[in-house]
Amino acid sequence: MSPWAIGFLVFIVYPMVTSLYFSFTHYDLLSSPRWIGLDNYKFMFTKDAFFWLSVKNTVWIVVVGVSVRILFAIATATLLTRPRRGIKGYRTMYFLPSMAPPVAAALAFVYLLNPAFGPVNQLLTSVGVQDPPLWFFSPSTSKWGLVILGLWGVGDAMIIFLAGLLDVPRQLYEAADIEGANAWQKFRTVTLPMISPVIFFSLVTGIIWGFQYFTQAYVTSTVNATSKTSLGYPEGSLLFYSVYLYQQGFSYFKMGYASALAWVLFVVTMVCTLVMIRTSRRWVHYQGGGMFR
Amino acid sequence: MSARGIRASGADAVRGLATATEISPRPVPAGVKRHRMLSSVADHTLLILFAAMFALPMLFIFFTSLMTDQQSLSSVIWPRPFVWSNYVTIFEEVPLLAYTWNTTQIAVLSTIGTVLSCVPVAYALSRMEWRGRNAVFVIVLSTMMLPFQVTIIPLYIVFVRLHMIGTLTPLILPAFFGDAFSIFLLRQFFTSIPEDLSDAARVDGASEWQIMMRVIVPLAKPAIAAVALFNFLYAWNDFFGPLLFLGNNPKLWTLAIGLIEFRTSHRVQWNLTMAASLVFMIPVIILFFLAQKVFIEGVTLTGTKG
Repeated sequence: MSPWAIGFLVFIVYPMVTSLYFSFTHYDLLSSPRWIGLDNYKFMFTKDAFFWLSVKNTVWIVVVGVSVRILFAIATATLLTRPRRGIKGYRTMYFLPSMAPPVAAALAFVYLLNPAFGPVNQLLTSVGVQDPPLWFFSPSTSKWGLVILGLWGVGDAMIIFLAGLLDVPRQLYEAADIEGANAWQKFRTVTLPMISPVIFFSLVTGIIWGFQYFTQAYVTSTVNATSKTSLGYPEGSLLFYSVYLYQQGFSYFKMGYASALAWVLFVVTMVCTLVMIRTSRRWVHYQGGGMFR
Repeated sequence: MSARGIRASGADAVRGLATATEISPRPVPAGVKRHRMLSSVADHTLLILFAAMFALPMLFIFFTSLMTDQQSLSSVIWPRPFVWSNYVTIFEEVPLLAYTWNTTQIAVLSTIGTVLSCVPVAYALSRMEWRGRNAVFVIVLSTMMLPFQVTIIPLYIVFVRLHMIGTLTPLILPAFFGDAFSIFLLRQFFTSIPEDLSDAARVDGASEWQIMMRVIVPLAKPAIAAVALFNFLYAWNDFFGPLLFLGNNPKLWTLAIGLIEFRTSHRVQWNLTMAASLVFMIPVIILFFLAQKVFIEGVTLTGTKG
């Protein structure tokens, strides 16, 4: 236990306490931290337009990005339970892209979705789409580009749903058949309750992931933007919370303000997770008890 | 349950995939048969369609990596000519070999650190009785929810003070002090091993350390392999850590941050970027095919045993 205990103190407790302290200070690394009380938090909530922009973008990716990804994971996993032959080959092909390093995947999609020479828009034009989307060059479509990137790497979520779906006892479907249930009713009354723990798991991890969304957004906006200062390109539409925090802390070295941003993120993540755990008792069905068996 | 039985139980989820495909044949009426055939054709059409959607980006990356710079900026999809020399150019234009070596060092050392530090903790949390055990487990779980942004600023400042920014240390050292997710995964697996086995060893006079090394670790190989693979992959792919800690020292850059270097002052050299991306991905893909079972079991274990 002791290495973990030391690690816990050095890498978790000490930094947590320190960053909480920093969040009440003005600290630029050059001079020592100066106590300013709640000023960082006041500025954040009342004056900082970029903070609210990054909140808006992050909520969007959490709500839209995570739910679309979970739906797609369920759809592809369901499809994989259907055939009797060749399932292994398909499973490998569907899963593989999720292994691609996020930087490489993001770069690839910046190229694929390039409005001038990317294959996606050429395909769209060739099937007769007038004015195909500008993807990462327009604030109205840039986040959808990231959603598509997330769908390409759906494999890790999909594989968990696949295991969940194959765990559903066949007798339940047979019983539903006898009662004359159609496909949708079977999905609604048998499949959905049985995979609800997996949905719950994906939602919780998805929300935590969404709040910390960084690499893909950072890479796409820095690659397309012409100057380094325009983080969140185009027009701040990819300025996510973690990107903004990184900029404040490690480009501008506003360590106090960045710490305050980090603590707001922490509190919001905690509250969301706790709310989900509380409400989960109403809709998540565990077959054999929960975590502490 | 026998030792083999335990090992199998970890693999149940994946085995399910196999058994689902082996349904014993029964005589079926012709109408049902035709209906099944049609729906099976529909299924496979959809499956192939999705497979194409997953595979096409990879193909485009490959094609682009073989184009000339000019061609990669044109609307042509098929490379003409095939510029295989791009794969030489990337190593000349950017110190890609050094980046690969740096990435490998970080990935291997932090993986070793994680396994060495997490196995004993997970053992203590699952196979030993002591006061406060559940409280510690709850703390481990809650650190999984802690956004890294909360701890990264003070840690960064500590590493600045220790003059370790621009060295590999900040990316390797923390791994030797345990990682909540790995502890959790191992603990869940260890819990599923029957207590009788430990008791038998205790009767023979084995110490807890001996029981862990000789009984539990050999049985938990799949889970340990999964933890090692996840950590290797995480370190290999990591972008934020190297960006933060190595940004000012290009000699120690990793592949992840070196990838965005293939550009002129105005724009990206897509052909070279794609070639380098593939070089970056290939070890991951090879690893996946070598250990596909471990990967899929591991991912499944995290999602269904929670």
